[in-house]
Amino acid sequence: MILGIDVGGTHTDAVLVENFELRKKVKVPTDNANIMSSLLSAAQKIIAGENINNIKRIVLSTTISTNAIIQNKIDRVAMVLLAGPGLSPSTLNPGKDAFFISGYINHRGVEVQPVNKDEIGQVNRSLQRENIRQIGIVGKFSSRNPQQEIAVAHILENDQRQFSLGHRLSGRLNFPRRIATTYLNAAINNIHGNFVNEVKKFVCQVAGDIPVYILKADGGTILIDQSLSCPVQTIHSGPAASIMGLLATAGIKEDAVALDIGGTTTDISVFANGDPLLEPNGITINEQKTLIRGLYTKSIGVGGDSSVCIKNGEICIGPERRGPAVALGGEIPTPTDAMIVLDITALGSKQKAMDAISPLARDINLDIVSAARAILDKTVAIIAANVKQVMDEINNKPVYTIHELLEGKTINPEKLYVVGGPAALAPDIAKLLGYPYKIPEHYEVANALGAALARTTAEITILADTEKRELIISEEGTVMKIPRDFTLEDAISAGKKALRERAAKQGADPADMVMEVTEAQEFNMIRDFYKTGKNIRAKIQIKPGLISAKKT
Amino acid sequence: MPQKEKKTGLIFFPAFDWAISETHPEREERLLYTKDQVLEEGLLDFANIKEFKPGIATYADINRAHICVPDAQNLTTSSHLISAGGAITAAQKVLTGVVDNAFALVRPPGHHAMLIAHGARGFCNINIEAVMVEYIRHTYGIRKIAIVDTDCHHGDGTQDIYWNDPDVLCISLHQDGRTLYPGTGFTDDFGGPNALGATINIPLPPHTSDEGFLYVLDRVILPILDEFKPGIIINSAGQDNHYSDPITDMRFSAQGYALLNEKLAPHIAVLEGGYSIEKALPYVNVGIILAMAGLDYSHVREPDYDSEQIRQSADITRIIEDEVQNILSLWKHRGKLKAQITGASSYIRREKNIYYDTDNIMEKQTETVRVCNDCGGLVMIDSAADTGKKIFAVILPNQCCPQCRKEGETFFGRVSSSLYNHVYFQDREKDIFIVK
Repeated sequence: MILGIDVGGTHTDAVLVENFELRKKVKVPTDNANIMSSLLSAAQKIIAGENINNIKRIVLSTTISTNAIIQNKIDRVAMVLLAGPGLSPSTLNPGKDAFFISGYINHRGVEVQPVNKDEIGQVNRSLQRENIRQIGIVGKFSSRNPQQEIAVAHILENDQRQFSLGHRLSGRLNFPRRIATTYLNAAINNIHGNFVNEVKKFVCQVAGDIPVYILKADGGTILIDQSLSCPVQTIHSGPAASIMGLLATAGIKEDAVALDIGGTTTDISVFANGDPLLEPNGITINEQKTLIRGLYTKSIGVGGDSSVCIKNGEICIGPERRGPAVALGGEIPTPTDAMIVLDITALGSKQKAMDAISPLARDINLDIVSAARAILDKTVAIIAANVKQVMDEINNKPVYTIHELLEGKTINPEKLYVVGGPAALAPDIAKLLGYPYKIPEHYEVANALGAALARTTAEITILADTEKRELIISEEGTVMKIPRDFTLEDAISAGKKALRERAAKQGADPADMVMEVTEAQEFNMIRDFYKTGKNIRAKIQIKPGLISAKKT
Repeated sequence: MPQKEKKTGLIFFPAFDWAISETHPEREERLLYTKDQVLEEGLLDFANIKEFKPGIATYADINRAHICVPDAQNLTTSSHLISAGGAITAAQKVLTGVVDNAFALVRPPGHHAMLIAHGARGFCNINIEAVMVEYIRHTYGIRKIAIVDTDCHHGDGTQDIYWNDPDVLCISLHQDGRTLYPGTGFTDDFGGPNALGATINIPLPPHTSDEGFLYVLDRVILPILDEFKPGIIINSAGQDNHYSDPITDMRFSAQGYALLNEKLAPHIAVLEGGYSIEKALPYVNVGIILAMAGLDYSHVREPDYDSEQIRQSADITRIIEDEVQNILSLWKHRGKLKAQITGASSYIRREKNIYYDTDNIMEKQTETVRVCNDCGGLVMIDSAADTGKKIFAVILPNQCCPQCRKEGETFFGRVSSSLYNHVYFQDREKDIFIVK
């Protein structure tokens, strides 16, 4: 059996899954002031009367760190930055305790300017004076050569301090995003650490030695102890749980679009051959762009409880929510009221819904039923237009080779999956999009199911430079000597080995270590008309998906 | 320091799978480190910088700017259609108001490709700026356009295509032709008989630094642009004036390029040459993008930058100052030059030998222009290349006057196709292209 728990904004769901079948589900309200208590109460409820020894693993998805970030209840962080030339430091956003120091790496991973120990000594004294214990260290191009970040951390090291190094959190390029990612990692280090301790204490009390995993934003799981070095990967796991839940409940195999229609927003996600798409660079949280690997979702301000009004004779839906539907005790008419008027759903008071729609109907010279229909048509049209726009953006993403430009793969959705309260709108949306729909079962606990059945994911980035005779794996902080005749194939096989080890450490089942090379490029480096070496770049991942083990 | 943020489009197409040959400067690696730098600086995350995928130019787009021998299909590969398409995409985004300005950071380049194209010269098959300019005139009806070519090599292809066009101002500043390919672009090359002053050449001595470039910009280029009043300004943004470029001998820096771009404020910039792929391009391109977007570029600096090392000598400063006087005087008196040059002739003829270094082709050309006071004038070209191809072309200009049109159509009707492999008729006004 697997125990999956998802802490959502309003409910905390727990499921027990046995042989890929839902055995039991529990729903408790989330107490946002004390998330730990909601999590524990859901856990206690679901294991009541079960044989705990049958539980083989526990997977959690929580909002603890995410909420801390959104509510700005995070630790003070000092950022030590090796910015080099380029963007003006004034355009960066490293928080108020930022130290810009000498030393930088160039695009090839070559150290151009060394770090300055005296300067770092001064930083050290400032940290001491201000008693700042969470330190982020980020260098420009540090994912191309981690050695300066490591050297700075080494000099600043003491027992009181915890360090977050940029290169460990992502192998991708993007200095401002690396700063944001590292900052957040440091800022939630303690909060996440405390959470992990409490979870372990609880599990130890009730169940002894069961492996506990936590869901990441990319829809993959990681052993809770391993998450201590990269807590930032676990924020924003809610949308990932929802997408993994769709995979678990709907068995998506094709190019598809999924909609999670909630009260305030509708989240759009996209699948290519059944694989959920990832954000190309990283997720955005609290308007901060990061390098955190995460599943792609686009949230639009239209949901079942969006406020509906008439402006200049036109129906307007959302983007804000001003309480529940009138039929359910609210004050502002909503698409849900329109659905109730049309008997699409049987919630609440139909009379109240009619009364809510009636003044709008007058404003646009329609009877109540036609007005309700018009409101739903508009809601559905907005959602469908956004889906089309999302597909357009994805299929028109810039590419950098002639081959990809002429023959690049496009995603052509064959099915629409819809979950959420107003899922009854699915047929109308599907009609506008021109492909069939499906409403999966058990979607009310889909997030917990998704967490329970998600596999461990991992990604590594390789840079091999045969002129420098060096191979670098950013996420692992590896710097390795290579021979002059090292090839792309060698790089990929070295990368696969490193990825296998990384994934095993993070808790992956060997059966689920399906690797995918997502980037493989090899360039001859020519200087003065002679070949001086090869510049090899590769990325390998274990992509998000469901575990394959038959017996759970 | 830039004043105001602008919405900037970036059409980035490094063609990581295309090279002229393995060790050629135009190879896969060329924009690799530029891409790295642009991504690492996070430029694409700025709200006012947006990346667009390049479109693909059509053969009809090419036939508006060139006479390709035997035809556009044979002279181009997908790489050329994409880089010209990228330039067109930049124009579309600017002229439909999606962005304020745009940078087509694409390859292969194009500014050495001439009106008649028998093959590739100076790494160029088709002139991507000219293809774009003709697209702009055809689609958006903009009449007056300026192209400022800041590549280190004379923009001889662009000059050739617009030699007789009074509505397209071509300004090229470049390393003195006596010291660098293609060996042309002297100050007295000033445009065809009906378009005098619409070609401006500013050859600069080797070792000219930021100071010299910016002096020429302030004293010649900006004042002439002010007088010409183009509807749109295009920058052929070659980056081989950089002090670290391996195939040229100038002393320009990333800061200089950024400042030049800020002052010139082109609507569209199109990458041309630039082969210092590690030491210059990443920094120059970041500088140009920031300058176009109106963002602070003051921290963009090459790792080995040393202003003392690259300072130009007093001699160079003096040479440039003299030359500026000379060009300004030519420009001032351009109205009187026509009578001196044309005399009583109704047609002006010139002979040209054109060498295609990339494809090793030699071409002999006779160009005949009708002296006309009402339009750019009918142009007829008789061209024979040592590939054995002999062609004749009749070209009617934009805003063609009735007399030039009548004579052009008559000549095209009369010329015997048995004497040539192909006879072409290019009507830039009515967008007609006929081959017989």
